[in-house]
Amino acid sequence: MKRFALIGNPNCGKTTLFNALTGATAYVGNWPGVTVEQRKGTYKKKNIGEAEIIDLPGIYSLSPYTPEEVISRNFILDENPDLVINVIDATNLERNLYMTTQVLEMDVPVVIALNMMDAVSKQGVEIDVEKLSKELGVPVVPISALRNRGIEDLMKKALEVCETPRKGCSVIFGDEGKAIQKAQEVYEKAGVKNSLFHAIKALEGDELEEKTNGDVYLDARKESGLTEDDEFEVKSADLRYQYITAHYSPVRSGVPMEAKEKLSISDKIDKVLTNRWAGLPIFLAVILIVFALTFSEDLFFLRRGGVFFEHSSFEGTLFEGMIWTATEIDPDTGKYIAGGINSPGVILANFVNSFNGVGDLPAGYTGWGGIARSIEQLFAEVWHSPEWLVGLVNAIFADGFFAVIGFLPQIVVLFLFFSILEDSGYMARVAFIFDRIFRGVGLSGRAFIPMLMGYGCGVPAMINTRTLNTDKERIKTIRVISFFTCGAKATMLSAVAGVMASHFKINAVAISYFFYIFSIVLAVAAVVLMHWTTQREKVPPFVMELPSYHAPRFKSLMIHVWDKSKHYIKKAATIIILAAIVIWFGTHFSWSWQFVDPEVVGYPTTILGGISAFISPLFAPMGFGIQLGADYAWAYSLASVTGLVAKEIVPETLEVIGGMSGGTFDTFVVQSGITTGGFMAFIMFNMTTIPCFASVGTAKGELPKGKFKWTILFWLCTSYVLGILTFLIVDYVWTLAIFIPAIIGVYVGAYFYNKKKTLQEQAAE
Amino acid sequence: MESESLKLSELRPTDSAIVKAVEGEKRIRRRLLDMGITPGTEVYIRKVAPLGDPIEITIRGYELSLRKSEAESVSVEKK
Repeated sequence: MKRFALIGNPNCGKTTLFNALTGATAYVGNWPGVTVEQRKGTYKKKNIGEAEIIDLPGIYSLSPYTPEEVISRNFILDENPDLVINVIDATNLERNLYMTTQVLEMDVPVVIALNMMDAVSKQGVEIDVEKLSKELGVPVVPISALRNRGIEDLMKKALEVCETPRKGCSVIFGDEGKAIQKAQEVYEKAGVKNSLFHAIKALEGDELEEKTNGDVYLDARKESGLTEDDEFEVKSADLRYQYITAHYSPVRSGVPMEAKEKLSISDKIDKVLTNRWAGLPIFLAVILIVFALTFSEDLFFLRRGGVFFEHSSFEGTLFEGMIWTATEIDPDTGKYIAGGINSPGVILANFVNSFNGVGDLPAGYTGWGGIARSIEQLFAEVWHSPEWLVGLVNAIFADGFFAVIGFLPQIVVLFLFFSILEDSGYMARVAFIFDRIFRGVGLSGRAFIPMLMGYGCGVPAMINTRTLNTDKERIKTIRVISFFTCGAKATMLSAVAGVMASHFKINAVAISYFFYIFSIVLAVAAVVLMHWTTQREKVPPFVMELPSYHAPRFKSLMIHVWDKSKHYIKKAATIIILAAIVIWFGTHFSWSWQFVDPEVVGYPTTILGGISAFISPLFAPMGFGIQLGADYAWAYSLASVTGLVAKEIVPETLEVIGGMSGGTFDTFVVQSGITTGGFMAFIMFNMTTIPCFASVGTAKGELPKGKFKWTILFWLCTSYVLGILTFLIVDYVWTLAIFIPAIIGVYVGAYFYNKKKTLQEQAAE
Repeated sequence: MESESLKLSELRPTDSAIVKAVEGEKRIRRRLLDMGITPGTEVYIRKVAPLGDPIEITIRGYELSLRKSEAESVSVEKK
């Protein structure tokens, strides 16, 4: 089968074309640089033919300065596709043709897909396609990827053209053109394929070219007769643009009347959204609204505003508690009073969970038990399966699969809102607004979005790092995302609130707020430390195209949401089910492979309980280890281990353990004799350590090769150190006198390490 | 006409200018050239980000944002 590569500028509609060609649902965004890895698909159509289509990352040039550029360039040079389809945004002809001039230098058949022709004609501009094709020397096919127009013509042309080999040609003439010829001869003699492309790159002083063709590179430069003073690398770009301006600007005709009007609408929106004074507050408001609509159980703050509903009309129905959060009981009637309207995200989650039969069922709920419970009943009551099998089935479905699905509604809603922001072009502006702040810590403004998403859920947040510029920037961002107080961690915080207030006399609300603020402080601190030590790099440049605003398109929103959700279900569900089985097995089997009920024999008898007791000395420096005595120490270890499945399980485990002795989570904590510092350290450790399995699975998929194990180690070490610090500082305030200088010392050391390295690197250059 | 050579970073919103030369570190320079900031091109300063940096310019009919530190390597002549 023929192989065609799609290449083009970011945001030129390349991915939309890929979807139209292959029927795939790759994710398209109004954000430059959405395709990070290459994607493959197959085009198949009767009477036309078939071909494998490879979607390469969107790039502006074939110079090797970003990973995407290297991927695209090497693909064409090394993988020898049968044809390159160069997608060009007709509304931005000049800059798009700039890369075309480089693609044409390669010895490969090329077809130009002139995209967004509909948008151009709407603007009242005409582009003479035939003239353009004549000038470029390759076929040009006008298409509209979005409206599925011209696709068949494009493929017909492509399948026809790919049969004839093509020699590269350059748009650089005159003295420079002669120099290129001489350099090309050197490459020809050396037997290098794509000699013209390589020769021009050599003269441009291209780093990758120097690395791959060292000797030939030097010879070609010498033979060409050009010197450093000729500044060919500047001139080549200049000459290309000069050529484009001279030849292709006349190709366009007509007065873009409507365009001006349209532009002004985009301008007006932009004036407000990135306004000097209003820009930041508007952004904060937007984010708050998105989170409220996704996670709030008191939308519009009605409960806090003192408005209550009596919802007796829903009593006993599926809807009860789904739309209202019933938190208070009327002392006179004994009925629940709705305490606030749920957000769409919560309503959807409740709805799905009532089908699944997991999570908190609506108060007073009398409907059916849900799928998970039905499956359990099927095994237990219909088939009379042995107890262990019922337990295992329950672990797989209730704790595993349906628990994952239970998170899905809110993730989908969050994805949807962020997709709207992204598709409309607002996210690019957010990066623009916040770049100033993030540059100081070695990130670009783009990294801010995934971090904020971390307050909702780490899984979509980590997937969103795909839009970042460099590998190191992604590593840094993915690692700190797990420090943010996500929905599950918020549940954990609210579960410990009671005992915190009653026993430790700590204001629970204050602690919650503390962790919300601490998330971002810790993230910044960790990023700075990585930026100075293991993840050193020059602050990535921020030369970014700002696409014009447009109303989000339904189809692309759905594709976007589906693409990310699919990723979540696949990666997270498999790993979470596996984890649920392992934990169930560990807590239900004794060391002699006997099936046991931990609530009868006690957890320490089980395998996982035994391991927890064994590792509990490790937690001693954090104040919740072996010092609590053999009866209690293992419980906190076990809670931390089970917390790897999902953070809500941390307090739940202690609740179950407390329940075995007839108490609750609160009474267990009190009985265990844990100190304030120890308990705070326990929370701190679980807030910052290895995140839930769903996030870990996502991180493994998203991190560059070989970085996963270091990331796990990073999470473990950070949380361990933070746990120790929390324990000691809370219980022995005077230790601050040691720790503050020590922390400052670490940062000063890292700062000078970075400085020394930078100087060394500069000297080496 | 002895207009002094300015840096792109020194211009204010709504200023228009012609690019004279692109200097600076190789990597940044290449990037700026690739994006169409070449000698003789007209640039228009659209705005400055709320925190004073980066800036947004219009060049060759599209919008581009870049940091002031990057804009410093572009010398321009004000129109």
